[in-house]
Amino acid sequence: MAQLTLKVNGKAEVLEVEATSMLLYALRDNLGLHGPRFGCGLSQCGACTVNVGGVAVRSCVTPVSAGVGKEILTLEGLSSNGKLHPLQEAFIAEQAAQCGYCLNGMIMQAKPFLEHKPNPSEEEIRQELSNNLCGCGTHLRIVRAVQRAAKAMAGGVS
Amino acid sequence: MITKASMSRRVFLKGSAALVVGIGLSGSLGKAQGGEALSRSLNPGDLEAWLAVLPDNTVTVYSGKVELGTGVDTALRQIVAEELYLPFSAITLVQGDTALTPNQGYTAGSQTIQVGGSQLRKAAATARQALLQLAAKKLGVSLDQLVTKGGYISPQNSASPRVSYGALLGGQQFHYAVDPNVKLKDPSQYTLVGTSVPRVDIPAKASGKFTYVQDVRVPGMLHGRVIRPPTTGATTINATLEGVDESSVAQIPGGVKVVRKGNFLGVVAETEWAAIQAAQQLKVRWSVEKTLPQMGTLYNYLQGLKTSDQTELHTGDVEAALAASPQSLHATYQWPYQIHDSIGPSCAVADVRGDQVVCWSPTQGVYPLRGALAQLLGVPERNVRVIYVEGSGCYGHNGADDVTADAALLSQAVGRPVRVQWMRWDEHGWAPKGPAMVMKLRGAIDARGNVAAWDNAVWTPTHSTRPSGEARNLLAGNLIAQQVPTGGPVGGDRNAPVYYRFANNRLVLHWIPIASSPLRPSALRSLGGVQNTFANESFMDELAALAKADPLQFRLNHLDDPRAVAVLQASAERFGWKSGPRKASSVSDIAIGQGIAFARYEGRNAYVAAAAEVEVELKSGAIRVRRIVVAHDCGLVINPDGLRNQIEGNVVQALGRTLKEEVRFDSQGVQSTDWSSYPIITFPEVPTVEVVLIDRPHEPAVGAGEATTVVIPGAIGNAVFDATGVRLRTVPFTPQQFLAQASP
Repeated sequence: MAQLTLKVNGKAEVLEVEATSMLLYALRDNLGLHGPRFGCGLSQCGACTVNVGGVAVRSCVTPVSAGVGKEILTLEGLSSNGKLHPLQEAFIAEQAAQCGYCLNGMIMQAKPFLEHKPNPSEEEIRQELSNNLCGCGTHLRIVRAVQRAAKAMAGGVS
Repeated sequence: MITKASMSRRVFLKGSAALVVGIGLSGSLGKAQGGEALSRSLNPGDLEAWLAVLPDNTVTVYSGKVELGTGVDTALRQIVAEELYLPFSAITLVQGDTALTPNQGYTAGSQTIQVGGSQLRKAAATARQALLQLAAKKLGVSLDQLVTKGGYISPQNSASPRVSYGALLGGQQFHYAVDPNVKLKDPSQYTLVGTSVPRVDIPAKASGKFTYVQDVRVPGMLHGRVIRPPTTGATTINATLEGVDESSVAQIPGGVKVVRKGNFLGVVAETEWAAIQAAQQLKVRWSVEKTLPQMGTLYNYLQGLKTSDQTELHTGDVEAALAASPQSLHATYQWPYQIHDSIGPSCAVADVRGDQVVCWSPTQGVYPLRGALAQLLGVPERNVRVIYVEGSGCYGHNGADDVTADAALLSQAVGRPVRVQWMRWDEHGWAPKGPAMVMKLRGAIDARGNVAAWDNAVWTPTHSTRPSGEARNLLAGNLIAQQVPTGGPVGGDRNAPVYYRFANNRLVLHWIPIASSPLRPSALRSLGGVQNTFANESFMDELAALAKADPLQFRLNHLDDPRAVAVLQASAERFGWKSGPRKASSVSDIAIGQGIAFARYEGRNAYVAAAAEVEVELKSGAIRVRRIVVAHDCGLVINPDGLRNQIEGNVVQALGRTLKEEVRFDSQGVQSTDWSSYPIITFPEVPTVEVVLIDRPHEPAVGAGEATTVVIPGAIGNAVFDATGVRLRTVPFTPQQFLAQASP
């Protein structure tokens, strides 16, 4: 077991973890977070996506040590003072979920994307999410939610 | 008439909703272990099994049908609130718990609204009648003088004060029998049912606050993983565990323990990572028999098996009509094994202490699983409590039950609670498969261009090997006892009979015994409905082409049910259907075509038609679906947006099943054990989907969870034919498949 410090959702957390373990298990099992989800452990589905240093990464294949010294953001960290992030609001407004298991990955993939590309086309959104899998077939609603969030984040009406 | 149930004395509800509702759903998981005394009847004939009115004038609903991601948690609340004249927010729903909810079997077959909704509607209407009787007595006025509003009953035209439901019950249970003939609210009075109430679960799911079964943690819990034989996914295990070298995982920190029972093998550890490492590094010797057929010969193999044959229907004289007709056709359609596309692998937590068992499980049926677990663990059934907690999307019998058994066996062995989440390869490899099927059709056209004969022969195993109280139906039980699952013939005949009216019509079913089915078969969305409708709607199109008829008009000519006609016409109209027989498209690199398909789900439930536009890149054989229009009639619509969400999901998932999904296996077992070897649909491939809802408030609300799935493959195949003249009869429609058929 190794002791290391991760900065998660703005808070420094001291953890006892196996040095070879992946970030996902530290977030879920040590910190009890529900946002990042185990889907494949192979970086194929995107359910585990978190933002590290402002970049969407697959936490199931990211060594926990790679998170040290970086800002780690999970789905839980998107809302502040009870106010949901425009992406979260948009997913609710569009009712863009069935089981919702993939939702974490969709939102955490879309967040840095929209920050760098404020006004994406539908085609660009689909490409950005092409490595995030959804089994229920909620894709069209998810695309609409990201479009709605893009407008809100760019200053339009949510 | 409301009658008092003759029940023994009962205790009062203990005041707050939290006591009852919190268990197993949020926060208070620890409470469940103690098994609080329940004095409420769970007999479905008793009103108190379904509903409790709490002193704060809210209502707790107890539902054996559960939320699998389809939105029924919201829709069922709408139904109860409507019937009880309550605001939506006054209802909470407790789902699937053998200690708290009545036994409603499995949440499956698109029956939650159809059957479960109907049961709850009657229970709620009975409750309202009971409350009216109590109010009449308390207020001293006759029943017909009372009005109900927002959880209060008051005398019409009187200054007497109103009285709340909660005050009328005084914290007591309803001691009434559910009246099966109770007067129901007239749909024309509905204010909640028929509106798009936002789903209750989405805010928590979008903010990371939702507790999936994968998030359940109990004190003292260990993490477990399982190690399976190399005969991945085979119905008959055909492998024996010869030896385990426990020293191979001794170096892994985290208190790794190996658990073995026959061919069942697992590890537990203090941390999840240690359990994962141990399962991967444990050195195991198996002896293996390679008995599966070559994948390339699967469909001939299935037809060569000894089957149990049954003529399901025969009207007229098919052979005579075929012989007498000027034009006839025959065609064979083939459908591969497919998996459940659940993004999160199955997961469960079990706590086995002595002969007391509590499991948190994403199962579709807490009661049938309870019986199977009791048998597997060797404990009395009454000592087992199964609590449903939602998992990743469930489209049928995936690994949910199996993983619960894994967790329970490991917990029993180590005497502490154990959480098991399957790895991706466990789910892809070992969860039961949607069965491969073969459909052989013969047909003929008469002189007027109508169908003179229709002859269908179907090869299928059962589509249900669900737990049903049988330990052997759990994978761990199969591994330990070396007994293949058991189950009667189910689902392979679904939608095999066409809804068209043919004078000479025959259907023969060749049921493949479970033990002969190469891969373990069970329920996947629509059971055999999608395979059979693919064959029927493709063959209908082949006959239309033979008759040089417009495919839409050809279908209409053989239907006599106005609701069937209505969905076909509605989809065609919205789609912009171009009438007439197929014209050969001009030669270019990309061919574009239209296709249509229709079904009445199970021959008695929802009506659905889909029209598709596809483009085919002729050189590469790549098929792109541009647009799909669905017209859907499932009677009374409870929640229009929830229904649209389901229909869209059906379309998109079925599209992936049609174009891409196929389990790959060799003579030993399943080879496609991840998303790269078993790809599913991705964002760039999803077409435009338009949905036309036909609401019929005075018709019963029937299921919508599966119906649309069944028409999608036929609509796409028919559109490919329209575009290219190439008929695809084997799913998936990969580029290789298209090219093989295009240049025979």
